[in-house]
Amino acid sequence: MLAITLSPGTVVLVGAVFLACSVEMVEALTIVLAVGHTRGWRSALEGVAVALVALCALVAAFGPALAHVPLSVLRLIVGAVLLIFGLQWLRKAILRSSGLKSKHDEDQIYRDKVEELRALNAPVSRDRVAFVVAFKGVFLEGLEVVVIVLTLGASAHRVALAALVAAVALVVVGIAGVVVARQLSKVPENAMKMSVGVLLVTYGTFWTGEGLKVHWAGDDAMLVFFVVFYAVVTWFLVWLLRRRHPLDHEVTT
Amino acid sequence: MKEKSSLPLRVVKGFAMFWWDFLVGDTPELFLAVLLTIGVVAVLKAQGHFNTAAQVALPALAVAALALSLWRASGCQRRK
Repeated sequence: MLAITLSPGTVVLVGAVFLACSVEMVEALTIVLAVGHTRGWRSALEGVAVALVALCALVAAFGPALAHVPLSVLRLIVGAVLLIFGLQWLRKAILRSSGLKSKHDEDQIYRDKVEELRALNAPVSRDRVAFVVAFKGVFLEGLEVVVIVLTLGASAHRVALAALVAAVALVVVGIAGVVVARQLSKVPENAMKMSVGVLLVTYGTFWTGEGLKVHWAGDDAMLVFFVVFYAVVTWFLVWLLRRRHPLDHEVTT
Repeated sequence: MKEKSSLPLRVVKGFAMFWWDFLVGDTPELFLAVLLTIGVVAVLKAQGHFNTAAQVALPALAVAALALSLWRASGCQRRK
């Protein structure tokens, strides 16, 4: 049975996995919807199914293997990976919020993908193009989810919980996708990406420290402090960049 | 004509490329900054009496890395 105790660590873990999975799945869903509407649903859904099986196989293969790595080594490696990955997400989200980088427009991506697919030959009953594009979209976006689920889950000894949360995110985004259909641009993707960035950097900092045998004051409660700390720093950096580049902000948002 | 490489070689190359894009990509400064941060904190911990300094150095260096990377990005944006 999956026992869930509500410690600060568990709350941050669930939040980080859910948001990260949701963001990646919105991106994958945009591609799948474009393929399905343009080339037909049968091959697109086959591509999605095969990609999901491949991703589940990866979690099943590497999840138990990670349990055999010494915890301090695992946490140092995972902490470093999450710190790098989290800083990359945070950087991108801050640049988008401050107007220095154009926002991820799912509607535009959808239109571009539809154009690209319509330019190809007319679809046949079993469409190789639809299968490959849907498979690649789901598999590549899903790989990032797998890395997040395995690293966050394994370091907290909660792979099962992380996988469950990822599955819930898959269902929620799937249902939302069916309901909103082509209005994925209404999803506040940049705000979600920024929140995930804060959570990944939080975990990255915490576990890098644990891996290096740093004794955090307050133990798990330090995670909450880091969430607040990095959120404030992020807000400050967005404010600073908007002040320094007001023209860029007007042009690109 | 370029010879097509074997399947295992392509898989290994693809795997290496995935991790390269994942960890380095277009922000090598963040990758290097995190390695530097780990080095600094490891040295502080090795001294034995610097646990508090290590607790402060880790998030401070992470924020410095982020600020540096943003400064680099905003500089590139201005030159465009």
